[in-house]
Amino acid sequence: MSDTSSSKYIIELKNVSFVYGEGTPFRSEALTDVSVGIERGTVTGIIGHTGSGKSTLVQLLNGLIKPQSGTVLLDGRDIWADPKKIGQVRFRVGLVFQYPEYQLFEETVWRDIAFGPRNMGLPEDEIKRRVSEAMAFVGLDEKLADASPFELSGGQKRRVAIAGVIAMEPEVLVLDEPAAGLDPMGREEILGGVWSYQRRKKSTVVIVSHSMEDMARFCDRLIVMCGGRVSMTGTCADIFRQADRLTEIGLDIPQITRLIFALKARGVDIDTDIYTIDRAKAVIEEMIKQKRSGSRC
Amino acid sequence: MSGTPFIKAENLCFSYSIAEDGGLRRELPVIKNVSFEIGRGDFVAILGHNGSGKSTLAKLLNLILTPTSGKIYIDGRDITDPAITEDDIFEIRRKIGMVFQNPDNQLVATVVEEDVAFGPENLGIPPEEIRRRVNEALAIVGMSAYARHSPHQLSGGQKQRVAIAGIIAMLPECIVFDESTSMLDPSGRKEVMNTIVSLNRDRGITVLHITHNMDEAVLADRVIVINDGEIFLDGTPREVFSHVGELQSVGLDVPQVTELLYELSVDGIKMPDGSPLPRGVLSEEEGAEILRALL
Amino acid sequence: MLKDITLGQFFPGDSPLHKLDPRTKLILTTVYIILVFVARGAPGFAVILLFTLAMIAASKIPAKIILRGLRPLVFIITFTAIINLFWTKGENLLFRLGFIEIYSEGVLYAVLMVLRVVLLLLGSSVLLTYTTSPIALTDGLEQLLSPLKKLRVPVHEFAMMMTIALRFIPTLIEETDKIMNAQKARGVDFSSGGIIRRAKALIPILIPLFVSAFRRADELAIAMECRCYRGGEGRTRMKVLKLSYRDLVASVIFVFFTAAVIAANVFIPWLSV
Repeated sequence: MSDTSSSKYIIELKNVSFVYGEGTPFRSEALTDVSVGIERGTVTGIIGHTGSGKSTLVQLLNGLIKPQSGTVLLDGRDIWADPKKIGQVRFRVGLVFQYPEYQLFEETVWRDIAFGPRNMGLPEDEIKRRVSEAMAFVGLDEKLADASPFELSGGQKRRVAIAGVIAMEPEVLVLDEPAAGLDPMGREEILGGVWSYQRRKKSTVVIVSHSMEDMARFCDRLIVMCGGRVSMTGTCADIFRQADRLTEIGLDIPQITRLIFALKARGVDIDTDIYTIDRAKAVIEEMIKQKRSGSRC
Repeated sequence: MSGTPFIKAENLCFSYSIAEDGGLRRELPVIKNVSFEIGRGDFVAILGHNGSGKSTLAKLLNLILTPTSGKIYIDGRDITDPAITEDDIFEIRRKIGMVFQNPDNQLVATVVEEDVAFGPENLGIPPEEIRRRVNEALAIVGMSAYARHSPHQLSGGQKQRVAIAGIIAMLPECIVFDESTSMLDPSGRKEVMNTIVSLNRDRGITVLHITHNMDEAVLADRVIVINDGEIFLDGTPREVFSHVGELQSVGLDVPQVTELLYELSVDGIKMPDGSPLPRGVLSEEEGAEILRALL
Repeated sequence: MLKDITLGQFFPGDSPLHKLDPRTKLILTTVYIILVFVARGAPGFAVILLFTLAMIAASKIPAKIILRGLRPLVFIITFTAIINLFWTKGENLLFRLGFIEIYSEGVLYAVLMVLRVVLLLLGSSVLLTYTTSPIALTDGLEQLLSPLKKLRVPVHEFAMMMTIALRFIPTLIEETDKIMNAQKARGVDFSSGGIIRRAKALIPILIPLFVSAFRRADELAIAMECRCYRGGEGRTRMKVLKLSYRDLVASVIFVFFTAAVIAANVFIPWLSV
């Protein structure tokens, strides 16, 4: 491969396999020969069932676990080339776990968000800048800085935890189910916040989620996992076009896409590349307009 | 509905008393003058965003919380009567079982069947009868094969089904699901929703399903939307979901099909015969029929 | 990973030992422990050793697992051996090197003492922990101690606490694992630095763990109340412990065993310590 194509990916996995409990009776293969890349400056979604290897994949991205075989490249360099420097990789690839609010521990919101940057050994004024910037990104009011994180609402706690990783200003921000358990407004705030952060910082974001509707709205590219392997990669359009394959591995497609397929099945000639409400509305209104002008002629 | 409603709430109020700086206490109203009736065998979804008061409402029904004012009648009996005895309270808790959000934090025993037996054991039921009920309850939720497993070996959906079995074994008349699906993945959600629907349809158990997921609310016969401690909307899923703008204004969603048709009608699109687009359309099949007529 | 640690030492099975009533096993283990301390001469120890080997065979637990169970005690065993070997003074000097003197009595002491420690561990684990599930153990203890309820000892509450602890140990271990990973991702390093740095690195784990444990306790308490829990009063059990002919047989065997050990002590106290 040429240099230009390898720099397209900020993180690249090459033939990566990972097994839990190797050498014990509980041995289970989580990932088998996975080769996949995360494109620089995009929002990439990872979808798949529980047990498809998503969470393992996510932990490989920042070196929390080491693959038994294969390599993980960050900016073209093997992250495990020098295992002593793996800490640096964790600062460059920030990982937000599921239900991250349960990792809060400091006395104030501000100190909790500053925890990561402080571990990086940054100067005090830089920490200050990053913390207030991160709070703004996730939409936390400055006034909350001195509050105890344990007194906040569930959604606010979640945002503090995400801000704690954003404040490390990682080149890649990885979020495992960031909106799990939240109501629609909470989902919107978190996912919208992460999306606008990505657009402004031009960084790379990876989101794991079960909600196809959310993925369709916020992701540029998707990686579909199934049985410890990558089953599909591509843009949202590429993926949702293959509705049969998704259904086959037991995944959903957005309801709006199902609607368009149902419409197509009724003999309406419609572009099936539709996976958001806005696009569906635009296409349908355009078709109505054309039909009217057509019938007038 | 025959005769008295199973649950009847009259002018129900509840407020938390919170400590302010300086030792003063302030009343924080959570439920504000709510009245409703729920019939025996109904399947009601209670929809609301986080902090709307929907979970508080559920905890009032079996006296985990005591209302500040107002009355609750279960089966015609006033449970807010100060003269109520402890035995009465436990009888109400038997009748109205509760399944909570976090599947881990409601299983007590280290073996599935022992956990299902926990409720009946508390009721003082003879051992042979407990054994019979446990086996039956596990069969109903489809977890018989896991009777000897330990809860931590199960998936989230399976744990929730065990929790449901634990309630069924107490032979309740009503089960309140307090966001019991919100921590589950899609397949776990499906398992649990199928179980809930069949408990209602096949066994006539009254179901109150508290959720913020509109796809689940669609499965109910009736949807009550709670906002800011008050009943905001109440009706069939179709009626409730026809109020797209109102639902969105209180931080809730509607199914995508419903939203699309709503958006189209806001843009002035009408049916070919000039009538407005139908509202509260929930299924993609029905949506597709309407759109075909338009195109 | 933390969750790979097997908890408790129970090995499920259906050997005669597994099938004994936990109450019988608790009592017989107590008797066994007393006998190990009472035994004085080599013949007495030989009887106990043979009996213990027979129990291991009856339990059908692989010898490898049983030996592995001794591993954490290697230090204590070695320590016991050395102390007895070097510090016992006697009449029959076997060996001298500088100030180190080893007497034949010392060798005998060392062997018997090591044997005592090993037997204690082997016997009680085979008879009790390896073959009894934690839940059965708790039930057995609750029943055995139930007379104490009359003295207002909260036996039921104690047993309930044990059960809940057993139920939540795996959950909390998994949670610790998760929190550790989350803090590692925020740059905490658990494996380097001095003891103070390492201890400090535990704070970001312990606080969230405590917060979560309290939250769980709170939710569990409400869930238990909703399931009509109100203490041990008026409570029945699905599984009632029942003594069977096996328990009778085991007890009779133990009577003979006890008699044999005592007889050995009294009539053939050779090489006694």
